[in-house]
Amino acid sequence: MQAGQCWQCESPAENNLFCKFCNSLQRPLTDYYAFFGLEHKLNIDNEDLQRRFYQLSKLLHPDRYTRRAQRERDYSLEATAILNDGYRVLRDPVKRAEYILAEQGFEVGEQRAKDVPPELLEEVFELNMALEELVSGASSVRPQLEEARSRFRAMRREADERLGDLYKLWDASGERDSLVAVRGELNRRKYIENLITEVEKALSA
Amino acid sequence: MGTFQIDFSNSRKQRVVGIDLGTTNSLVAYMDVTAPKVIPGEDGEPLVPSVVSLTEAGEIIVGNPALQALITHPDRTIYSVKRLMGRGIDDVTEELKLFPFRVAGSGESVLKLSLGEKTFSPPEISAFILRQLKRNAEAALGEEVRQAVITVPAYFNDAQRQATKDAGRIAGLEVQRLVNEPTAAALAYGLDKRKDGVVAVYDFGGGTFDISILRLHEGIFEVLATGGDTHLGGDDIDNLLLKIALEDIESEWKQDLSGNGEAVQTLRRAVINAKHELSRLPAVTLVFDYAGKQYRRELTRPVFEKLILPIIERTLAPCRHCMNDAGLEPEKIDEVVLVGGSTRIPLVRASVERLFRAKPHTELNPDQVVALGAAVQAAILSGDVQDKLLLDVTPLSLGIEIMGGLVSRILHRNSTIPASATEVFTTAVEGQTNVLIHVLQGERELVKDCRSLARFDLKGIDPAPAGLARIEVRFLIDANGILNVSARDLRAGKEQSVEVKPSYGLTDDQVEAMILESIDKAQDDFQERQLREARVEADAILAAVEKARQNDAYFDLEESDRDLITRGLNELLVVYHGEDHLLVRAKIDQLNQATMKLAENMMNTAVNQALKGTKI
Repeated sequence: MQAGQCWQCESPAENNLFCKFCNSLQRPLTDYYAFFGLEHKLNIDNEDLQRRFYQLSKLLHPDRYTRRAQRERDYSLEATAILNDGYRVLRDPVKRAEYILAEQGFEVGEQRAKDVPPELLEEVFELNMALEELVSGASSVRPQLEEARSRFRAMRREADERLGDLYKLWDASGERDSLVAVRGELNRRKYIENLITEVEKALSA
Repeated sequence: MGTFQIDFSNSRKQRVVGIDLGTTNSLVAYMDVTAPKVIPGEDGEPLVPSVVSLTEAGEIIVGNPALQALITHPDRTIYSVKRLMGRGIDDVTEELKLFPFRVAGSGESVLKLSLGEKTFSPPEISAFILRQLKRNAEAALGEEVRQAVITVPAYFNDAQRQATKDAGRIAGLEVQRLVNEPTAAALAYGLDKRKDGVVAVYDFGGGTFDISILRLHEGIFEVLATGGDTHLGGDDIDNLLLKIALEDIESEWKQDLSGNGEAVQTLRRAVINAKHELSRLPAVTLVFDYAGKQYRRELTRPVFEKLILPIIERTLAPCRHCMNDAGLEPEKIDEVVLVGGSTRIPLVRASVERLFRAKPHTELNPDQVVALGAAVQAAILSGDVQDKLLLDVTPLSLGIEIMGGLVSRILHRNSTIPASATEVFTTAVEGQTNVLIHVLQGERELVKDCRSLARFDLKGIDPAPAGLARIEVRFLIDANGILNVSARDLRAGKEQSVEVKPSYGLTDDQVEAMILESIDKAQDDFQERQLREARVEADAILAAVEKARQNDAYFDLEESDRDLITRGLNELLVVYHGEDHLLVRAKIDQLNQATMKLAENMMNTAVNQALKGTKI
């Protein structure tokens, strides 16, 4: 079998899930957007995505291939893993943007603690004090932490709104500059997210 | 006597049965034309107690007979072995305090239990139960059964799943799929027919507790989140009551019975009966007769409920977590399904109803619903059911060990399976030719708090300066929830060999050895069954020929034909008590041949008589 050919009947395959001639399952595509038949956009209609996910699940799931050739069973497992992995990434606006960023050659790594957004510096300093007090048994800081939590949540909402606007910008223009802005906002959002997690952990302990 | 036979066996396709391998009871079901049905055992009971005993004659018995042996021969009998599946010696210390498991030999990664003078691993014990279910199914369906779907608690980890799959292989079953018990129950209820919606399945069985939340949409059962406790079940209630009764007896009789296997098992049975009765009666009297003495104690439902409340509360925290993971508030749950014998307890039902604010479904028998669902899944796999599809999740996050004894998470819990993650590894020192990867399951950050799954050794890396090698490792959790690992050397562009050292459980070689041993035994089983069937057939033909010899037609035969019949009869009688079923069959055929002419004559006589009696 050569690349670009159906493994079963050797007809030309055109990156389809199934061979158009013999209908056998082909080696799946690994690009999540291509797999779902979607354009590379940052904004996605989640209901449409879910519909595609269910439809593809019915076509590809290993349960449907137990009586088929080993090759097709392997491809079905492979394809369903890509489908599920892709669905997890594409339905989440943050993971989706990280996927596009990586695809476009940006480094997407762990947010480092040192990279505190400058406008948050003072806030984080006070928060850390309050967290330490709570750990050492001072429950009087609870209201302060609860208040911080709702403030951070509001900041996360704002970040999400800004991201939405930036997504639109990139979807329309496809310019690299707009992706640089997306990455900056994503880093900031991740930082806020970590703060929320920390406060929630402290409050529930 | 001479008859015609039509063989249908070739036109049938391989049947797949559904098996619920439970802590307390196990059962097998199959898909009848339209609905799943449970197959009863030899004694007509649908439930086969998950109890295995080795008789003094060295014979393995399973189910109700073994349940009797639990009292007469507690040291040769094992129950609740599911609690030990996929576990190491170090994590069963708690279990050993409460259960009469006898661990034989330590130091190995695989637990061995002694049963009389023999030792078996937990998968081998489970395989005895599976083999009994296989036999029951074969007897009822009249065909060999080789393929099965087996259910496991949703919260089972990789090692526990692998151990269950191993048990299937040892029992001579091709395990087509491991299905999570709560998901199977949702399938059995067929709630998808009514409408789209969200369903919570609360599964409180003998030894395990599971909670799963599913979204139903056009025949798709999508699990949103799952949670549970693999060591929480009705057993814990039994042990609690047993402990109280033993203490009570000690203060009354001034006698500690806790080391006396027979007394403990008799008392345990009494306690379980009391628990069962308290689900329908307001009060019961626990009676225990032993060595001429009698212990009686009244137990009311309010007292019982107060005792078990902490156990039931332990099920509610995972439920709340699970709703949180699914991102749902209780009012978004449309239906609740109850599964497992422990959900018969009124306090359990009330607690579930309060938590989910919905009246739970109890229409299907909670002991059977999982097996029925497994049969539906079996029919999905064989293609007989095409309008349903299960999308399940992995219950635990998957991670790899990184520096400082920390775990780096690569796949989160509640990810829909099959799921995969890819990581690139490199070497730390110059000339390094292998990389060891430690894979763990769990939600905690430290290696010591997670469950070690396996160590994968990437071998045969081309020597190069440190950090230059690039080995891409793909972690794939399949539809059974079991991890598969493959690796590629990105620089050389070739597949990389991976050597797996499972932290718990049997190696492939060990499973192979057990399969070989069990095939011998299965062969014996098979031989014996064949012999029994041949004798039944021989009985029938012997009786028929004996009767025919009174017939006039017999005396109308040539003497040589009569001699042939007499010889056939005698030769069949000679081999009848032998061990060779093939010989018995051969002699049956021979006698059939010899009586062919007699049968013909009798038929003619009958026809002639009938004609004589008819006016034309």
